[in-house]
Amino acid sequence: MTGNEIINLLVIVCVLLGTFLSLVTMVGLLRLPDVYSRSHAASKSATLGVMFILIGALLYFYQDYGLDARLILGILFVLITSPVAGHLISRAAYYSGVPLWDKSIRDDLKKVAKKRSSASE
Amino acid sequence: MAFQFLINLIITFVWMFLYSSWDLSTFIVGFLVGMIILFIVRRFFPGPLYVTKIYAVIKLTLLFMKELILSNITVVKQVLQPKLQIKPGIFALETELESDWEIVLLSLLITLTPGTLVVDVSEDQKTLFIHAMNIDNIDESISSIKNTFEKAILEVSR
Repeated sequence: MTGNEIINLLVIVCVLLGTFLSLVTMVGLLRLPDVYSRSHAASKSATLGVMFILIGALLYFYQDYGLDARLILGILFVLITSPVAGHLISRAAYYSGVPLWDKSIRDDLKKVAKKRSSASE
Repeated sequence: MAFQFLINLIITFVWMFLYSSWDLSTFIVGFLVGMIILFIVRRFFPGPLYVTKIYAVIKLTLLFMKELILSNITVVKQVLQPKLQIKPGIFALETELESDWEIVLLSLLITLTPGTLVVDVSEDQKTLFIHAMNIDNIDESISSIKNTFEKAILEVSR
């Protein structure tokens, strides 16, 4: 097996894994019951899915053009920003009064949020 | 820590001036010499050597990658199960981290941990409110994971 074949195999595996994870994200968005659980699926699987696809592209273009620094930067930015986006969306949802799923067990934030909203009024 | 790194760079450039050669190999040799000098005079610095910090940062990065992959396996398992068996909920977690960037790093790590998502940080920055996918079986193991995260972050910052 030559080096090119190994790289091609890695590219195929990375792109397929990334596509699979993106698909799982979409299925999760459809199946899970409330905003917060969906945010789990969106902030985790989508991150790793996009990262795998970018790594696949990085390896593919590495054969002809060498290492592309912009793809590496893209991987880093996705890794850092998407958990923050998930956090911000779920926080905004909580404070605008979106209810948790009715089978949820605990809610420790309720008291604090109530105190905070009454203080601001 | 940044101060030690600056001293190391200055030693490197002095080394390059002494050789009056400006290529990468001289830079690397000078940097290693600077590291050795810093190791010899380490008792004059207040904190630990910055090389140990770099080791801690690498350890934290590897932990980050491991948790990202594990959490994806968990999400895939839960999403593709024929019947949904999740028991979501929000629980509070006390943290002993103080400065802003430590808390940001901890909440990034928690968000990428299997089954947890940070919803809010309290105003005094002592409590994190975390939404968990499976609250009954995960509560204890999560808190142990938190301890390893907090320890790794403390190793970097102190």
